[in-house]
Amino acid sequence: MGTYLEGILVALKGVPMTLAVAIIAVAIGFCVGLLLALMKLSKKKILRAISNVYVEIIRGTPLLVQALIFAYGLPQVFGFHYPRYVFGISGLIIPAIIVCGFNSAAYMAEVIRGGIQAVPKGQREAALALGMSRIQVMKLVVIPQAFKIVVPSLGNEVITMIKETSVLSYVGVVEILRQAALWNASTFETFPAYVGAAIVYLCLTIPLSRLVKLIEVKLAGGVK
Amino acid sequence: MLEFKNMGKTFGDLHVISGVTGRVDDGEVLSIIGPSGAGKSTFLRCLNLLEEPTEGETFIDGEKITHENIVEVREKMTMVFQNFDLFNNMNVLKNITIGPTAVKGISKAEAEAKAMKLLERVGLADKAHVHVSSLSGGQKQRVAIARALAMDPEIILFDEPTSALDPEMVGEVLDVMKSLADDGLTMIIVTHEMAFAKEVSDQIFFMAEGGILERGTPDEIFNHPKEERTKQFLEKVL
Ligand SMILES: Nc1ncnc2c1ncn2[C@@H]1O[C@H](COP(=O)(O)OP(=O)(O)OP(=O)(O)O)[C@@H](O)[C@H]1O
Ligand SMILES: [Mg+2]
Repeated sequence: MGTYLEGILVALKGVPMTLAVAIIAVAIGFCVGLLLALMKLSKKKILRAISNVYVEIIRGTPLLVQALIFAYGLPQVFGFHYPRYVFGISGLIIPAIIVCGFNSAAYMAEVIRGGIQAVPKGQREAALALGMSRIQVMKLVVIPQAFKIVVPSLGNEVITMIKETSVLSYVGVVEILRQAALWNASTFETFPAYVGAAIVYLCLTIPLSRLVKLIEVKLAGGVK
Repeated sequence: MLEFKNMGKTFGDLHVISGVTGRVDDGEVLSIIGPSGAGKSTFLRCLNLLEEPTEGETFIDGEKITHENIVEVREKMTMVFQNFDLFNNMNVLKNITIGPTAVKGISKAEAEAKAMKLLERVGLADKAHVHVSSLSGGQKQRVAIARALAMDPEIILFDEPTSALDPEMVGEVLDVMKSLADDGLTMIIVTHEMAFAKEVSDQIFFMAEGGILERGTPDEIFNHPKEERTKQFLEKVL
């Protein structure tokens, strides 16, 4: 029993890293995803094409492969190094966050586009008819409403990201799974190590998905 | 003064309006009546370029309306829609101040003071801080009118402002519009409220099949229609 508890405690040490990467990645994902969504809705064919190609590539390849390319592939081709340490942790967190953010963006682009299109056309026209520019219409009327629609999906994306960041254990980021793997390597307590990791993931994902459900209900009640 | 010459609009092969010509002088009310699908909304939307006309041109105070000056034109010529289309992410007050602050760069305090006056005018001062979703249809439309007035427009375009309302709420909206007409605001109103059109208008267009079939004073159109189509239409709706 003690070894299982130890397994959980070891995995717990990875929580701050996992959460930090997941949350920053989703924040980046939201911003880039918003840009991709606006490009998808653009009148300019070239912008739509760029956005579509980006989404296809990201969604069509595994996150692990993307992470390996970013963490090890790019530095080799372009002859640069990520800083060894940032804020006292391995510099590989930089490509890790970038890759997760840009990956998440591809998934969020579609969600955000749906949110934008769910804002009634009449409100956009009413805003235009007052003399607002297209950018003002987006900023003042459409995006605030789309955001409300998209918030639950953002929450779900954080949950997905928490799980997905486990692949970062292959590119030197010491998050939950990596903590477990390292402990396993030194103690050979394989089963307690990975069960400990699983339990810690569940402790994060279950309350979070409850929270998302709550927010969803609340928002649905508030918007008519 | 608004002047439109030979306005036309096609959607693909569909000729929705063609050859619409006329003028509305300052302080005048033009009402447009006609059957569904006549192209009344399309015509209004071509005036402020919510729809791109395929033919013709429009002049406001002698200046041609183009994509270059459309933003300034829309400040001078605002619009009220059938479905109110209030901004759902704002309360009543913000719906009214957003135009002046965002478009005209007026300070928030000044815009709010003005918005309160306008709300008083449309009888909704007590609703300033409620969310728009809690208003009735008639109240929503009065807020939409206040929102249009907040820009200090010379002209307001109304596209069937009472058609989405429960019958008991039509009156409160028409009353506000009547008071605007009395104050000398220039208005172009697409409406199915014949008694109202007859009372407030200086000229009436009867539109059918994409053109103005008959035009005249309310007396000419309602009491002495010349065209057979106009007579049939009026018989049906009166
Ligand atoms: N965006 C569009 N694309 C294609 N056809 C359109 C479009 N907008 C309007 N139409 C067509 O143009 C015609 C005129 O429409 P419009 O809405 O201007 O009529 P209306 O006189 O306002 O009718 P109603 O009284 O029902 O509002 C209709 O046949 C309509 O289907
Ligand atoms: Mg119409």
